[in-house]
Amino acid sequence: MSAHVDTHTHDDDHGHHHKETFVTKYIFSQDHKMIAKQYLITGLIMGIIGILMSLLMRMQIAWPEKPNVIFEALLGKWAPGGVMDADIYLALVTIHGTIMVFFVLTAGLSGTFSNLLIPLQIGARDMASGFLNMISYWLFFLSSVIMVISLFVEAGPAAAGWTIYPPLSALPLAQGGSGAGMTLWLVSMAIFIASSLLGSLNYIVTVLNLRTKGMSMTRLPLTIWAFFITAVIGVVSFPVLLSAALLLIMDRSFGTSFFLSDIFIQGEVLHYQGGSPVLFEHLFWFLGHPEVYIVLLPALGITSEVIATNARKPIFGYRAMVASIIAIAFLSTIVWGHHMFISGMNPFLGSVFTFTTLLIAIPSAVKAFNYITTLWKGNLQLNPAMLFSIGLVSTFITGGLTGIILGDSALDINVHDTYFVVAHFHLVMGISALYGLFAGVYHWFPKMFGRMLNKNLGYIHFWVTAVCAYGVFFPMHFIGMAGLPRRYYTNSNFPLFDDTQNVQVLITIFALVAGLVQLVFLYNFVHSMFYGKKTEQNPWRSNTLEWTAPVEHMHGNWPGEIPHVHRWAYDYSKPGHDEDFVPQHIPLKDREEELQH
Amino acid sequence: MTGLLTILILLGITIAIWQMVKIFDLAQANKDNSQIANDKDNSVNGYLMLAFLGFIYLITIISFALWGDLPLVSNSASEHGPEIDRLMIISMVVIFIVQTITQFLLHYFAFKYKGEKGRKALFYADNDKLEFIWTIIPVITLAGLIMYGLFTWNDIMNIDEEEDPIVVELYAQQFNWKARYAGEDNVLGKANVRLINLDNANILGLDESDPNAQDDIITTELHLPVGKPILFKMRSQDVLHSAYMPHFRAQMNCVPGMITQFAFTPTFTTEEMRLNPEIYEKVRNINKIRNENSKKLQAKGEEPLDRYEFDYLLLCNKICGKSHYNMQMKIIVETEEEYNAWLQEQKIFKNSLVQN
Repeated sequence: MSAHVDTHTHDDDHGHHHKETFVTKYIFSQDHKMIAKQYLITGLIMGIIGILMSLLMRMQIAWPEKPNVIFEALLGKWAPGGVMDADIYLALVTIHGTIMVFFVLTAGLSGTFSNLLIPLQIGARDMASGFLNMISYWLFFLSSVIMVISLFVEAGPAAAGWTIYPPLSALPLAQGGSGAGMTLWLVSMAIFIASSLLGSLNYIVTVLNLRTKGMSMTRLPLTIWAFFITAVIGVVSFPVLLSAALLLIMDRSFGTSFFLSDIFIQGEVLHYQGGSPVLFEHLFWFLGHPEVYIVLLPALGITSEVIATNARKPIFGYRAMVASIIAIAFLSTIVWGHHMFISGMNPFLGSVFTFTTLLIAIPSAVKAFNYITTLWKGNLQLNPAMLFSIGLVSTFITGGLTGIILGDSALDINVHDTYFVVAHFHLVMGISALYGLFAGVYHWFPKMFGRMLNKNLGYIHFWVTAVCAYGVFFPMHFIGMAGLPRRYYTNSNFPLFDDTQNVQVLITIFALVAGLVQLVFLYNFVHSMFYGKKTEQNPWRSNTLEWTAPVEHMHGNWPGEIPHVHRWAYDYSKPGHDEDFVPQHIPLKDREEELQH
Repeated sequence: MTGLLTILILLGITIAIWQMVKIFDLAQANKDNSQIANDKDNSVNGYLMLAFLGFIYLITIISFALWGDLPLVSNSASEHGPEIDRLMIISMVVIFIVQTITQFLLHYFAFKYKGEKGRKALFYADNDKLEFIWTIIPVITLAGLIMYGLFTWNDIMNIDEEEDPIVVELYAQQFNWKARYAGEDNVLGKANVRLINLDNANILGLDESDPNAQDDIITTELHLPVGKPILFKMRSQDVLHSAYMPHFRAQMNCVPGMITQFAFTPTFTTEEMRLNPEIYEKVRNINKIRNENSKKLQAKGEEPLDRYEFDYLLLCNKICGKSHYNMQMKIIVETEEEYNAWLQEQKIFKNSLVQN
């Protein structure tokens, strides 16, 4: 792990500037900062689609069978006379999940901030391979385009849930969406996985090899630790989903029987024999669960950085934070079976997975307590990024706690696949990771665009979103515990659930307001990009290296030598210094002790 | 046309919000051009943090007050149900306590230590003892919950064949359920979807030559005798389904190509359950809602809704296609005599086949 690049030879490479054209600068750019912006903007566009879909679903659930002009306008032939078709409802469920989990919270979050921050915070000129990095983005772009195209397929987009369990996803006879729509879904995801792997390998290699002089692993900011471990989980688990997708393609198109057996559908017996859908579930969740942490860890990394900077305090328990990231990463690969307690797998396995699953609560609890302690006796600068970070800790706790119920196999029997699950995972990974994304955007917008976001709009954005997020998902636990299954197009066939309908309406109203207030953010984002106040070099008075780079982006990040690192990233309000922050490149004073190492 | 109009209206609303935000933005511009939180921002947002803590508590209280009767944590109708309910309540209490305390600390600190110019934060980077404490407390709490959970789970999932349970097959297909009783011999006949023959009405693919299959009984309603252990064997003919029986705290997936199982003992008949005060109250409330909805429907000249009467239900709880939302079967729990009488009325497999 000898990791220090000889900066002098590196500087020479950048001495002779080659001329950049519009295409090499803005489109096929190999510069990590530009690629980060490309990831962010693509992610935001996919996010708009994903959120819009969730609003359509919410309106359908709240007011089923009532003709709705919005449906007619947006869904066209799928909402004849404004009444939503049951097939398209399931397609919305499926594509909303896919887009939010993979395209927004994996690529949009991790892709943006790993690219932006890894080279800048470890003191590197760029990613280890700028070319692979560029390919990674364009593969992501291609997969996004294919996913969007799949929405316009004649027989409908994929509609088997984002988990695409076969046989439903394998048999066009079972569902319209399992035809061309599912084919495009699989192709899109295969390309997405390739993109994600190229990106992750690049992040790992860069963190291990390109750290500047003095930047030992124990001095890395927690953002980098989070991105690094996230990349490792991605490399370990995404290939398994790829294999599942490839096997599913074989079953669909080439007559193999990996996941299918003994099927009688629409009056005919199919030839499949000997496969098992449960095998697919295993393969899917071997990615699917680590995926939760692929989404969440970068958000927690961003939160660590934002909370420490704005609390003007060192992050509490740096080593425990790193240890818990690693522990979560390790445990995340051995808990996937908690999605399958009632799948028909051996009950003994259920016991094992209950055990490992509840273990993961321990490092999570340590993280939550450490965040809270970091706030204690701080001098909190409540910038929008800080609000989103505190909001993240709040939803992470609320959502994480119900994991104790769902991870317990005995309790899962009765709440499995109900709205309780929807409430749980939306809070703990959806909203939390989204808050992480917003915190990152508010905090590093000046670094990305050289301008500041408007703070007052940021405050409105946060407070309305925060109230609505709880308004949507807190009551949802209750209708879930009433036994209301998720993914039902309407509940009107079950008088048993009539007393949950008023809750559904309330939830939808909160969701619509939350959706609308995101427009404030979009306005702020687009407007500030061009007309925002110009930023100073280190607006948040932060310790990390990215703020030592000039505001104006340049190839190679620093003019002249890359700064050397002499201390960890969290010397905030350290006694013996006049300022309440001491950046990493400032050498230790005489007899100053370096904490933590 | 209406479509175009809607899009235009939506676009209009978007632009209106955009403009309002812009005006707000411009109004702020002259006051303070710095986009970094100042003492006033810290103060306002600090108080808002406190208010938000109040909001979290309020929504918790409101949820419990308005919808506290919704959760299925009482009135379970199976022998193992109360065990799950007890574990659920214990877990909820633990969660409730932790949630109340941690949210308080988080938001209170965010309020209490809101930034002021010139103040310096405490440089406090580590405390091994403290971290040990909050590692060990979750460990102990979780160890307790895990132990309790695992005992409950084993209890539910380990099926005691010596109790001589009644064997019933639950058969799932897009988009309905069938039940198959094993008949006199209490052994289900062999079956495979490859043997389905719609021409002679062998709809579940029973092996017509298997002697055990001859007295099997196929029904579209699930009748169960109270107080008898029932062993369900689940099968699916097309895609994944999940047999969810919330009142019995029971659920198991139905997987094409394999047989899954779940067992429970019903403890209350449907009649007894209808007379249970809490269920009675729930049904009354639901009928009140349905009456109001009926009035609205009748005003529009449509048919009113039926009156609701409590019944146990089997629901499909695994996404299975277009009509997933309406894949259900009524469950009737009755006394053993009633059950036997009902069973006698049903056609056995041998006699249900259509002779060509």
